[in-house]
Amino acid sequence: MYKGQSGMWSWLFHRISGLGILLFLLVHIVDVSLLGFGPRVYNDGILLFDSVIVRLLSLALVAAVFYHALNGVRIMVIDFWRKGVLYQKVMFIAALVVTIAIFIPFAIIILRPAFTPVVAWFFQLPTTASAGH
Amino acid sequence: MSGLSRLYGGSRPAGGGFETFSWYYFRISGVALFVLVIIHLILMHITTDVACTTYAFVAARYANPWWRLFDWLLLTIALTHGMNGLRVVIDDYVHNPRTRIVLLSASATLLLIFFMLGTLTLITFQAVSPAGQACLH
Repeated sequence: MYKGQSGMWSWLFHRISGLGILLFLLVHIVDVSLLGFGPRVYNDGILLFDSVIVRLLSLALVAAVFYHALNGVRIMVIDFWRKGVLYQKVMFIAALVVTIAIFIPFAIIILRPAFTPVVAWFFQLPTTASAGH
Repeated sequence: MSGLSRLYGGSRPAGGGFETFSWYYFRISGVALFVLVIIHLILMHITTDVACTTYAFVAARYANPWWRLFDWLLLTIALTHGMNGLRVVIDDYVHNPRTRIVLLSASATLLLIFFMLGTLTLITFQAVSPAGQACLH
């Protein structure tokens, strides 16, 4: 059943996304534990998540979580519904499409704060220049 | 059998042993995580920007014990689901008995340590005042 093309890819993506999410979970348990050291230390840790690079990594996490969740539903439909296997390929494509559909608004919302200063700087440049000397 | 993991789907392990329990656990915890993780993602990335998930934000949230319970369930279920996944991956790729034992015990230890660290953080958190700024910028 899983030897087929789409079955293999769905399995591989499920495994890779799962391991990636687990790695993040372990890091996340450690960064949350900084709470015990008070506001300064904890906020310094959070500052890292605010950086553009970690915001991009968060996007990878969002994609991994939604793919893993939706493909998990697909696996359960195959397992618990007699006719589920017949739709396994359609459901794999659906999981990918829905992941991308959810990913786009998440990406815009998560990246917007990182690019707002850049956009503001770009558009304010002429005003700042004329306001100068 | 194919080279793919026997636990991935469509082949529930018979016998009623740990593998059968594991097969059901992946699915039951998966349903719970579907809800818990998506709520968590929306709360921490959509309704609040990460730059505002500061100490003060956590202090306000953890004033409500139900959010601590929510986070503890998330911690426990995600960690056990994920570490059980790691166990399956080790089972699939590591065939040397000695290496297997080392890696499996290492992941069991890791599970215990991270579960304790997370639980301790959740239980012992007591907000200091002043709690600091609401957002980082």
